[in-house]
Amino acid sequence: MAELQIQDIIKPENKVYGKSKIMTDTPLHYCYGCSHGVVHKLVAEVIEELDIQEETVGVAPVGCSVMMYNYLDIDWMEAAHGRAPAVATGYKRVNPKKYVFSYQGDGDLAAIGTAETMHAVNRGENIVMIFINNAIYGMTGGQMAPTTMIGQATSTSPYGRNVDINGYPLKITELVAHLPGAAYVTRQSVHTPANVRKCKKAIKKAFENSKKNIGTSFIEVVSTCNSGWKIDPVAANKWMEENMFPFYPLGDIKDGQRDSDEKYSVQKLKK
Amino acid sequence: MAKVKGAVVVDQECCKGCNLCVVACPEDVLALHKEVNSKGYHYSHMVNPENCIGCMNCGQVCPDSCITVYRVKVPVAKD
Ligand SMILES: Cc1ncc(C[n+]2csc(CCOP(=O)(O)OP(=O)(O)O)c2C)c(N)n1
Ligand code: SF4
Ligand code: SF4
Ligand code: SF4
Ligand SMILES: [Mg+2]
Repeated sequence: MAELQIQDIIKPENKVYGKSKIMTDTPLHYCYGCSHGVVHKLVAEVIEELDIQEETVGVAPVGCSVMMYNYLDIDWMEAAHGRAPAVATGYKRVNPKKYVFSYQGDGDLAAIGTAETMHAVNRGENIVMIFINNAIYGMTGGQMAPTTMIGQATSTSPYGRNVDINGYPLKITELVAHLPGAAYVTRQSVHTPANVRKCKKAIKKAFENSKKNIGTSFIEVVSTCNSGWKIDPVAANKWMEENMFPFYPLGDIKDGQRDSDEKYSVQKLKK
Repeated sequence: MAKVKGAVVVDQECCKGCNLCVVACPEDVLALHKEVNSKGYHYSHMVNPENCIGCMNCGQVCPDSCITVYRVKVPVAKD
């Protein structure tokens, strides 16, 4: 048989991977190599595969992903900084049949929005919470976040994060995993093809959970911010592997459903 | 027996030259072009197309959804 030509391979019937139909034509405004783009695409692929475009509502944060509503062709709401889980709660409660997800950075979810994060999960809201932990405030110029690593230089910790002054990096994912309202809590990454595939599975499971009304599904994605870290995207992935994964280990922390309330109900007070 | 052959199409204008697809490719198919696109990025392209196995790794890691992957099974004649 004659050698196969590229033109013979590049035909619609041979297509095995391409841009999700849920993604709009708007070019992403992110820096080159930014993890936000990969996670956006995974959410889009899951929505496409579950065929829930008309039933899905996203709540966008403040941070680099503030304009996420331009990129996925679904219904959106924009929340004030840190308030996405509260807005998602309201939406889900009046539209219980919808798939509702929030998408937030670490400054948004683990600093200004800590209260909303903890209480939404503690109430066991039937939402999907996606948490992009890039250990920095990307949008505002690379300031230290609660999740910044010990010794990590940022524009507000130029000599590196110092525990004596700044305290420890916050493992908010481990904290929410302790809350009885949590159904599924996992930590993922998107720095290799295998991790991208695993992360997509986790996002899919989280969306499926929200149909079952079994509590909150929370997905942290340990991510890079190459601009904020001032290194190139490939080096950023390596830095993340070497420095972030030991402190933020990947894997499921809780996989089940929210605790039964009977477990904790008290007997009525007798007069 | 069948052999798998692949090919990719990179949307050159969409590419930001982050290099993530280049390092994710197990077959050294891709490299950044010495030319730049209209935004000034060295876009990714196939330099060793004959090696592509259509594994989709490059497409999956691309933050900007620039890569479309194609794959065919080619029957291999027995010796
Ligand atoms: C109430 C309020 N306080 C502060 C800000 C400024 N601000 C904008 S984005 C941001 C942090 C962004 O960091 P993160 O949530 O980690 O998102 P990233 O850009 O890293 O994805 C801050 C503090 C704001 N917009 N609103
Ligand atoms: S500043 Fe960081 S988080 Fe924001 S788009 Fe650039 S790389 Fe991504
Ligand atoms: S499909 Fe696989 S082999 Fe082909 S260019 Fe992409 S990563 Fe390389
Ligand atoms: S991963 Fe995407 S944006 Fe980055 S170089 Fe490859 S094609 Fe271009
Ligand atoms: Mg951040």
